[in-house]
Amino acid sequence: MQDDTRQGDLLVILRHAPHGSSWLKEGLDVALVAAAFDRRVTLLFMGEGITALLEGQQAGPLGQKGTAPTLAMLEMYDIDSLLVEKRGMEALGLSDEQFMLPVQGMDADRIAELLASHALVLNF
Amino acid sequence: MRYAILLLDAPYTSQAAHSALRFTRALLAKGHVVDGVFFYHDGVHNAARLAAPPQDEPHLVDAWTELAREHAVPLQVCIAAALRRGLLDEQEAARHGKQGCSVEPPFELTGLGQLVDLGLRCDRLITFGP
Repeated sequence: MQDDTRQGDLLVILRHAPHGSSWLKEGLDVALVAAAFDRRVTLLFMGEGITALLEGQQAGPLGQKGTAPTLAMLEMYDIDSLLVEKRGMEALGLSDEQFMLPVQGMDADRIAELLASHALVLNF
Repeated sequence: MRYAILLLDAPYTSQAAHSALRFTRALLAKGHVVDGVFFYHDGVHNAARLAAPPQDEPHLVDAWTELAREHAVPLQVCIAAALRRGLLDEQEAARHGKQGCSVEPPFELTGLGQLVDLGLRCDRLITFGP
């Protein structure tokens, strides 16, 4: 994994849980498209968005695809900068052993740096 | 400055579409350049050609169209988000065997790559959402 606060093109902030709305899916779609066009992409999971990282998710009964398969593909798109809001993890009682991918925890100061160091920030 | 606008909510659902429209008009009045308005997530509903609000309410779809015609601001709609919500231009309607279309120019269906380009090209991208 590369330095977590490198200067990047695009920071996508994901704040919604995987099921119940299309926010997470449509946020990830932007990240994948940007990466496919050779942009450097950082993902920051905040609040309920952190639950997207939980291991063992299924698609659920609504006939949707779920977002876990998309997360599993991130490496293929060279999206390896996966960051998680520490405060959100604590609030939800989660630890990174429960996650399907390696992530780096960010405190509030580092998140402020991230916002400043990316040319474009999209919030989902 | 060069601005881009990203709208993520449907018209008449929240204030977002009204605010985006008024902010865009204010930018233009101040002499700024608006390189494009991008409609994503539920924002794609702003492109619904068939919207017919009561006559004594603001017509947001028409207002976007007027803005584009007056100031040559591109109105770009994410094609994937639009298609799954029933918003198809003539070409997509034909491709999917649907009668009639629900999106017409100046709205154009386009890819998410355009959103990223727009955001990186402009000095500021301002997001309006629920």
